[in-house]
Amino acid sequence: MINMTKKKIVVIGNGMAGARVVEEIIGRTPGQFDFVMFGAEPYGNYNRILLSNVLNQTQEAGDIFINPLSWYQENNIVLHAGVKAVKINTQEQIVTGRPLQPRAAAYAVHDDNAFVIKDIKETYDYLIMATGSRPFVPPMEGFSGEGTFLFRTIDDCDHIAAYAKQCRRAVVIGGGLLGLEAARGLMTHHLEVTIVEAAPQLMPAQLDVESSQILKRTMEGMGLTVLTDRKTAKIHKVDGKVHSLIFSDGSTIPADMVVVSAGIRPIIEVAQDSGIKVNKGIVCDDQMRTNDPHIFSVGECVEHRGKLYGLIEPIWAQARVVADVISGFNPQAAYGGSKIGTKLKVMGVDLMSLGEKEAGADTDEVVVYREPHRGIYKKLIIRDNKLHGAILLGDAAAADVLIQMFLNEQAVAENRSELLFGEVKGTAFIQVADLPDHAQVCNCNGVVKGKILNAIDSGCETVASVGARTKAGKGCGSCRGLIAQIIESKLGKVSYDPSEHYYAPGIPLEKSQLVAEIKVRNLKSVSAIFAELAEGKEDTDSKVGLASLLKTIWPKDYEDQRDARFINDRVHANIQKDGTFSVVPRIYGGVTTPQELMAIAQAAVKYQVKMVKITGGQRIDLLGVKKEDLPNIWKDLGMPSGHAYTKSFRTCKSCVGTDFCRYGLGDAIALAQKIEHRFQGIESPHKMKLATAGCPRNCSEAYVKDIGAVAIEGGFWEIYIGGAAGATVRKGDLLCTVDSHEQALKIIGRFIQYYREHGKYLERTYGFAERIGIDVLKGILIEDSLGICSQLDHRIQEAVDAYKDPWKEADVPVDPAQFAGPQLIKTLQEAENNG
Amino acid sequence: MGDTMSKPRAVDLGAIEQFPVGQGWRFVINDQVIAVFRARDGKVFAVEDRCPHRQGPLSDGIIGDGHVVCPLHGHKFDLETGQGGEGHECVHVFKAWVLEGKMMVECRALKISKDNQQE
Repeated sequence: MINMTKKKIVVIGNGMAGARVVEEIIGRTPGQFDFVMFGAEPYGNYNRILLSNVLNQTQEAGDIFINPLSWYQENNIVLHAGVKAVKINTQEQIVTGRPLQPRAAAYAVHDDNAFVIKDIKETYDYLIMATGSRPFVPPMEGFSGEGTFLFRTIDDCDHIAAYAKQCRRAVVIGGGLLGLEAARGLMTHHLEVTIVEAAPQLMPAQLDVESSQILKRTMEGMGLTVLTDRKTAKIHKVDGKVHSLIFSDGSTIPADMVVVSAGIRPIIEVAQDSGIKVNKGIVCDDQMRTNDPHIFSVGECVEHRGKLYGLIEPIWAQARVVADVISGFNPQAAYGGSKIGTKLKVMGVDLMSLGEKEAGADTDEVVVYREPHRGIYKKLIIRDNKLHGAILLGDAAAADVLIQMFLNEQAVAENRSELLFGEVKGTAFIQVADLPDHAQVCNCNGVVKGKILNAIDSGCETVASVGARTKAGKGCGSCRGLIAQIIESKLGKVSYDPSEHYYAPGIPLEKSQLVAEIKVRNLKSVSAIFAELAEGKEDTDSKVGLASLLKTIWPKDYEDQRDARFINDRVHANIQKDGTFSVVPRIYGGVTTPQELMAIAQAAVKYQVKMVKITGGQRIDLLGVKKEDLPNIWKDLGMPSGHAYTKSFRTCKSCVGTDFCRYGLGDAIALAQKIEHRFQGIESPHKMKLATAGCPRNCSEAYVKDIGAVAIEGGFWEIYIGGAAGATVRKGDLLCTVDSHEQALKIIGRFIQYYREHGKYLERTYGFAERIGIDVLKGILIEDSLGICSQLDHRIQEAVDAYKDPWKEADVPVDPAQFAGPQLIKTLQEAENNG
Repeated sequence: MGDTMSKPRAVDLGAIEQFPVGQGWRFVINDQVIAVFRARDGKVFAVEDRCPHRQGPLSDGIIGDGHVVCPLHGHKFDLETGQGGEGHECVHVFKAWVLEGKMMVECRALKISKDNQQE
């Protein structure tokens, strides 16, 4: 049967590693070898990584096979499926295999009773051991029989799924990757699932303590119970059925079934019994050769340079080396070990982990970004300007770059934040070193480069401290990047003041942390926040931002303390340089009527308005109105507030759309009016100016608005976000294309709400869109990658429902002083003696 | 300003309840424009209602922790001392207190002769 001119390769193990080696050899030297494979499982090889999908029923078992049985036939591979190799005679080069009983576990420790049919013997020229690993069961009492399972093979999945039907509570022992995957699978069977981990944290191999806590909260949010630092002493049974778990500390939890997924151990008995050198695994050199020159090993059973690998990439690399050596393709091929970088999804959460998890030396630089509200955590460990470790949880967009950098040992970028958030785009790079000292850097406050250099000389190392010293960057903020570059060019690096990441300067919390505290403590007023989170210190620079945030968090029932509002929001008008105010009534979509114009004209005359100005937002501004006249002028106008004074939705401009324009493709006016009616007055981190354009000629400048809708041929609307035409000019990013006004309103509302919840205070949409990234925004808002779209839709509706026209306060001021002018008091010398 | 010839006198500005909590109110007492504040912690303050930077109305500013921020350009002043965040800026402060439920400030009395010139 065997062609004597061909050499024969026997592979023990029909898992992913064994099959991969065979493929690699066939790819290099087709037809040159005969192959025989022993597989203890009665299947072809399959992708074990996808097993949890079989358990959670998103994939059929048949879908996860890598090589179907026909592959073995086509390549003349003899497969002994369901046959376990039990002995290697290294002198005569013969492998002995024994068929297993149909329901025996493939990875069971050797048991003579498991074999029924006579042995199979195969000679070999080369033997490849790819025996893999078996699940590790921590020492405990009672793990056997009904209701107790391992999670490793397709059979295990079948058994777990069948048994789950009669259960209500499942416990998974093991809080690593596979344990979490098992838990995810069990939850799809509508069980209450508890994860028990012996270590103090989840996924100790991939995560540090803090990220594991964030993951734990995310998992708990999905309905999972997580118990860490618990060792199971006993599975207690009643009438032969699982009843509860008893931990080593004596505590107990009820359970109907138990799945153990607590890691793996290499399968080495056959090698050991046959005189092949083993330690923790089968010991191999850089050619993946064991101490017997005819015997190689790959996969999870291998110990190479003292390390064991359970991930795809290292094992594929090992397989390539074995194939190179055996096929003669490259006899000098060598495996040098693998750096471990993993990118994966655990229960739908993106995760990347590579290298070290904690700083190793005092000089290590640790960069951390956390956003617990969204379950996001990012950490870098940098040593000698190279990446030595990284964790990305919740958002792994930067994973590919980091993994490349780690594997290639590249020097990392000077600006560490670029590593975490991708490249900084859109800003023209100015060589700051070339600027003369008299060059004006901050155009708002007139600060020249020389003054900034002086501030740096006097000890300022952060953009914030330079700003505090010189006022540079304290206007519109668009020069802050330039200031950072000046600091960097002078000092070699920019330091970051942690307060730069605070939502409000007086409360030492990032926005997500602050929101979480406000919700947990049920804080409904600005003064309550100061009392609970700032030791009662009432920070003037924080009040306005906090008031805006509270209104977003509690749209209906927040306690509106007017002293926390900026004067504009106390009197619903924009303060001018002389202390008077401007009045801008709302003109929906920029379309007005002769009646409205007459009312405006009459009011302007009656209240001696100093200037009547057509605004850029297609409305009319009445400038120079005294505070005490505001209620009356609003009443005379009979129009709602245009909110031209606050951090909120301002206006939606429009071109003339399809009504008259001969190019119009979509009804831009109607859409603008619908947008304005729906979102008028909704508070946001900064102002939002919108526009709709009836065609891509963009007469209404929709491409450079915070949100723009542009009609295109075919009845569609393109929705752009993050445009700007102020101190920063930026074309918006295309978020999506929709086919109706209703869809446009829905997507716009969803973006507004996401911006309201995650934008930093005073961060315009262009900064927000660049910070989050359009691809991430598309994922979240269009593809619903976080599953929060319906919640966003619901919450923006709540905000819309809570809208009240603030100009209605003309009739009922919130306090007697709200619109009061100066109080005139005269005292006479004769009358004053009560001091 | 700067006229110290007349003696300071206490002036009753009315019931404390009518002052909105945490806010300021502009008073014109004789020839002086004064911003009077009722802080959330019960303290009361009075300062000249004119920011030295660009003459903004401090009475419309946000207060907290004993400071007021001018609504026009964000310049900040200590309500106790009048000292501004920019070293060279400061505003005149007036003594203010609550007496039997009334907001009181101490300011210069109007001189008869000047009274005739004004208004």
